[in-house]
Amino acid sequence: MNLRPDPTFHASPKLAMQAPVENYAFTVMLSPDGLQSDGIAVVDVKVGSDTYGQIVHQVIVPNKGDEFHHFGWNACSSSLSPLTGHAFLERRYLIVPGIRSSRIYVIDVKEPLKAKIHKTIEPEELFEKTGYSRPHTIHCGPEGIYVSCLGGGGADGTDGPPGIFIMDCETFEIIGQYEMDRGKQDKHYDFWWNLPQDYMVSSEWGLPPQFENGVVPEDLLSNKYGHSIHFWDLRARKNIQTMDFGENYQMALEIRPAHDPTKSYGFCGVVVDTTNLQGAIFTWWRDDDGVWQSKKTITIDPRPEKPENLPPLLQGFEAVPPLVTDIDLSLDDKYLYVACWGLGEMHQYDVSDPMNPVLAGKVELGGIARGAKHPNGENFAYGPQMVEISRDGKRIYWTNSLYSTWDDQFYPDDEGGQMVMADVGENGGLTLNKDFYVDFPKGLRSHQIRLEGGDCSTDSFCYPSA
Amino acid sequence: MGWPLAVSAALMESKHSALPKALGMLATGHFLAMIGILLPFSLMMFLVRWEVELRVVAGLLVIAMGIYLLINRRHPKFLARVHPARLALWSFLAAMAHGAGLMLVPIFLGMCAVGADDVGHAAAQSLMGSNVVTAFVVAAVHTLSMTLAGGMIAVATYRWLGLKFLSKTWFNLDIVWALSLVSVGAFGLYSALFVH
Repeated sequence: MNLRPDPTFHASPKLAMQAPVENYAFTVMLSPDGLQSDGIAVVDVKVGSDTYGQIVHQVIVPNKGDEFHHFGWNACSSSLSPLTGHAFLERRYLIVPGIRSSRIYVIDVKEPLKAKIHKTIEPEELFEKTGYSRPHTIHCGPEGIYVSCLGGGGADGTDGPPGIFIMDCETFEIIGQYEMDRGKQDKHYDFWWNLPQDYMVSSEWGLPPQFENGVVPEDLLSNKYGHSIHFWDLRARKNIQTMDFGENYQMALEIRPAHDPTKSYGFCGVVVDTTNLQGAIFTWWRDDDGVWQSKKTITIDPRPEKPENLPPLLQGFEAVPPLVTDIDLSLDDKYLYVACWGLGEMHQYDVSDPMNPVLAGKVELGGIARGAKHPNGENFAYGPQMVEISRDGKRIYWTNSLYSTWDDQFYPDDEGGQMVMADVGENGGLTLNKDFYVDFPKGLRSHQIRLEGGDCSTDSFCYPSA
Repeated sequence: MGWPLAVSAALMESKHSALPKALGMLATGHFLAMIGILLPFSLMMFLVRWEVELRVVAGLLVIAMGIYLLINRRHPKFLARVHPARLALWSFLAAMAHGAGLMLVPIFLGMCAVGADDVGHAAAQSLMGSNVVTAFVVAAVHTLSMTLAGGMIAVATYRWLGLKFLSKTWFNLDIVWALSLVSVGAFGLYSALFVH
């Protein structure tokens, strides 16, 4: 507990953009085969530092086979909510779940160079208290820390629907399930919200048997992955509307609401349209009658390719699908970044008009049957994946691994973990930074990035930018 | 209490008028919480024979609340379950959770205290009636001063100082508040037992 609010808590997105820039990035390191322990890499991102672009500290956990994926803070700018008065929490702990083991680590990063494990929650406790498994997305919110889980109960996570549970933001005790009325929701992936407007949006990937051992082509071609998003009355914990994009829009993953809490719209990325292999972004919004609507506002075409250049999974299609696996929105709600993990491209769209996005910048790196090299001449395994934007919107960081078993299917010949950064031009545009290239220790891959002091996919704000 | 809510309401609706409206709702909730605590005590005051005991119990209650808040430094989670538009309800619950009404009780009982000589003369009925009026006056004065103070900060933040002021000036007064509950309770005890 502090006497004053944590200096990294900002009332509005605009104030967060004006705050001092990040000095460190925290990046997940995962062992795809479980032969090594997973960990968190602390990367020096302070321009001018002697160790710029290097891993300056590692927190390696004692167990193996956790498979780290997404993670988040114990507290963010949402602590300045005028309703909850949690303003005196510290942004100090990273909540890091193992998506394969269902174990959760709480890592103390108060001193980034001495970051250490603060608490471990064993899988049995999670199963018993929530009935969920495979914890994934973390957001700090009104009643504590919210954690979405991809699996329900039982060994394969299909005993009961997956969902969100709440954890105490001070003791890290698991409190229990969030949902009171889940409606049609039977799969889970990402979620985010607008706190003053009191709504939450959640999305769907697939059930554990559909992803743990790799993508199941029959399920994908028969449209059995998630293709709906769910709108919730956040405080009533009730699903108020389920929106089906259409069954061909397979894997509706990342939910990115506008950061300015006066706005009632956001975006959702869809990995693949099974009718034409396109990637798609939907804009969702609340209309004047309070009903949620959506429209496909971005499509990204596949690239034709000779079968002999393709992994066995794609040979029959003679094309490289874009595979939109992550999106991220800048704090000013101006640019949406779209990772095309299959094509090996990072796109930047100007979404000032959320109904009419305009492509403003693009970078090629890695990619199926392309393998575009980094400007420093090094290889980039797989393609651009988890993307994180600096608070001021000027630096875009990303890593390359999607998920261990999926990496191996789409890129059977690649291996390695890399993190890179691109600079954003004054009027948009994206250029890879030649000097920032982090190669992860051998045998480890990388996934989500969190920036010291918060970033564009962690913090939720309770006051408008005006 | 709750002035950031008024700022947020005005900014969210982008209307100046939302600010006084929000302050009004917050004041209503606070006033109801005060009255909810003071009224039962004012009705009990007709038990003039038990006046000292009543004041001792009230003082101990307030001290206990202060100590509880000192030990339990956790924030009441249920406040987060209130819908952001239900400001009066939020204000009522927040005042209850922090023991704001309770804090007024020793002071209020001190004001109602009757000298030993008066006991014989004053009819219980009229005594009770005047105490009820006192309860309303105390609650109203308290709510008004709180709303004025909070309102000034809210207006200043909204109009001139900007949102940066919000996180810069928000102090953790939890311990100060708990200690002031303890001292008000102690004062109540002291005046009940030794001041005649």
